[in-house]
Amino acid sequence: MGVYTSRDINYLKEQARLLRIEILKMLTEAGSGHTGGSLSSADLVTALYFYKLRHRPSDPFWPERDRFILSKGHAAPLLYAVLAMTGYFDKALLKTLRKLGSPLQGHPSSRMLPGVEVSTGSLGQGLSVANGIALGLRLSNSPARVYCLMGDGELQEGQVWEAAMTASHYKIDNLCAIIDLNGLQIDGPISAVKNIEPVDKKWQAFGWNTIEIDGHNMSEIVDALDRAETLKGAPTVILARTVKGKGVSIFEGKVKYHGVAPTPEELEIALKELSDGAKA
Amino acid sequence: MEPRLKSFYGVEAATRDAYGETLYRIGLENPDVVVLDADLSSSTKTSKFAKAFPERFFNMGVSEQDMMATAAGLSLTGKIPIASTFAIFATGRAWEQIRQSIVYSHLNVKIVATHGGITVGEDGASHQAIEDIALMRVIPEMTVIVPADAYETELVISEIVKFNGPVYVRLGRAKVKPVMPEDYEFSIGKAYVFRLGRDLNIIACGVMVKEALDAAEILRERGIDAGVINMSTIKPIDEDTLLKAAEAPFIVTAEEHSIIGGLGGAVSEFLSSAKPRPILRIGVRDTFGTSGSSKELMKYFGLTSEEIVRQILESPWIGLATKGGKDISTSLVAK
Repeated sequence: MGVYTSRDINYLKEQARLLRIEILKMLTEAGSGHTGGSLSSADLVTALYFYKLRHRPSDPFWPERDRFILSKGHAAPLLYAVLAMTGYFDKALLKTLRKLGSPLQGHPSSRMLPGVEVSTGSLGQGLSVANGIALGLRLSNSPARVYCLMGDGELQEGQVWEAAMTASHYKIDNLCAIIDLNGLQIDGPISAVKNIEPVDKKWQAFGWNTIEIDGHNMSEIVDALDRAETLKGAPTVILARTVKGKGVSIFEGKVKYHGVAPTPEELEIALKELSDGAKA
Repeated sequence: MEPRLKSFYGVEAATRDAYGETLYRIGLENPDVVVLDADLSSSTKTSKFAKAFPERFFNMGVSEQDMMATAAGLSLTGKIPIASTFAIFATGRAWEQIRQSIVYSHLNVKIVATHGGITVGEDGASHQAIEDIALMRVIPEMTVIVPADAYETELVISEIVKFNGPVYVRLGRAKVKPVMPEDYEFSIGKAYVFRLGRDLNIIACGVMVKEALDAAEILRERGIDAGVINMSTIKPIDEDTLLKAAEAPFIVTAEEHSIIGGLGGAVSEFLSSAKPRPILRIGVRDTFGTSGSSKELMKYFGLTSEEIVRQILESPWIGLATKGGKDISTSLVAK
């Protein structure tokens, strides 16, 4: 068994709120990093680490663990914050994000930080790695499952579709891909830079089960994760419609905050808004 | 039980054939070994493993980038993945996947690429990797190995499976004559010295080892004492052996690869500061390959023993090397 198994929606929503606070604090301290995409995936990753994943923070290499691959590696602050909150390392380490000598590299490095399964940051590679892990687990008759979080801009990488073909060809059903469809990439709206829609039909055409949800609705997220586990014979992708910068109104839907950290003043506004959220 | 070795000793065969057989034997012994290929298994010779162990063979189709990152994932579950395709696609098409998902994460993935160099022949430049050694060597922590014959290939493949870490092995398409002695033992990072020369030493890898040995014979008939070294591990390079080789006043490198960034580059980088010597780099001279038979192409690109001899004799350093002996370095290079 893993350590975190709560399906209590209010508990999970509260963890997501606390997670966003940690993300914003560490980004502000670092002075650079990816705010928008960390916040848009926060609810999804909360549901994974506090409910779905069978993992043991005190034993990051537990062979039976479910694996999480952050293919959209620029959301590193999100991964670091959730690892710290679930006990992989001391929260004080979050202050060292992006600093010389820190294991909290600008993009996740597995060689430097236990809990990071594989180094990511160059987009489009995570799903292939996740396939490989899933195939290896299957060969070893392991019950563990693999989760891979991708961004929507990332779907412009050709390798994603190579991997999509591999997963359906090999009927990799111990794998669940999750796509954070926040609609924005660095240069602007995805629909303007290079359209990726219709996303659902693309994945279906590649032989995948698709589950489309509101990526900020915790009930929908946990239901989707549960349902994905029951679907056999083909890989499953959760298409999560999200808002970039979700949780803080001054960041929401703004292209600028893809790769920009909050200023101390913006952090103050954000923390107030998030604490008001706790009272609401 | 160790896989039965030495079955390729003294055998003239393509290194890819030795690979296919050795891979099959390792498959019998080691259940953790899994193999990936990108729709070229009949050419890379992974097909024998594929037929014998279908559950441990993954044909990734024509998707080299996906193949490399999938291999990375398999290694994360304790498997020992060996990924094969042609050298140009392995190292060119999937370079960043190798860098990012395999080597930066320091994963135990072996990349065994066939069809390295111009001896690919008739397929032409698109399929002739003359940059692969450079592309792999430049990645931090990567190990790069180029076996000289079928026997060495057998030993190399057996050895890398026991080694924990990413490795690139470059093999060829064409048959090569046997050069390595029966008592040869391969270990990563250790060059094999056939003999050290008084006038010059030829440091070679892959198919060029045989050419270098033949060239040394021709030179000997002309009164020039040339040594030959098989530098099969290009990274990490055997610095001790290079220092010994540089006791001679003149160094020649020979590779079936661009003269930029490969064996010649590696030797030059080390000796330029450790023990400066004039270095003649024999290889493909910053040009693309072309169609033709492998034999024709070896001559066309100046890689045969006769061409090695000609280039050595035409080098401005050879006269000094034979006349001035060991004093060449003091007369030409500021100490």
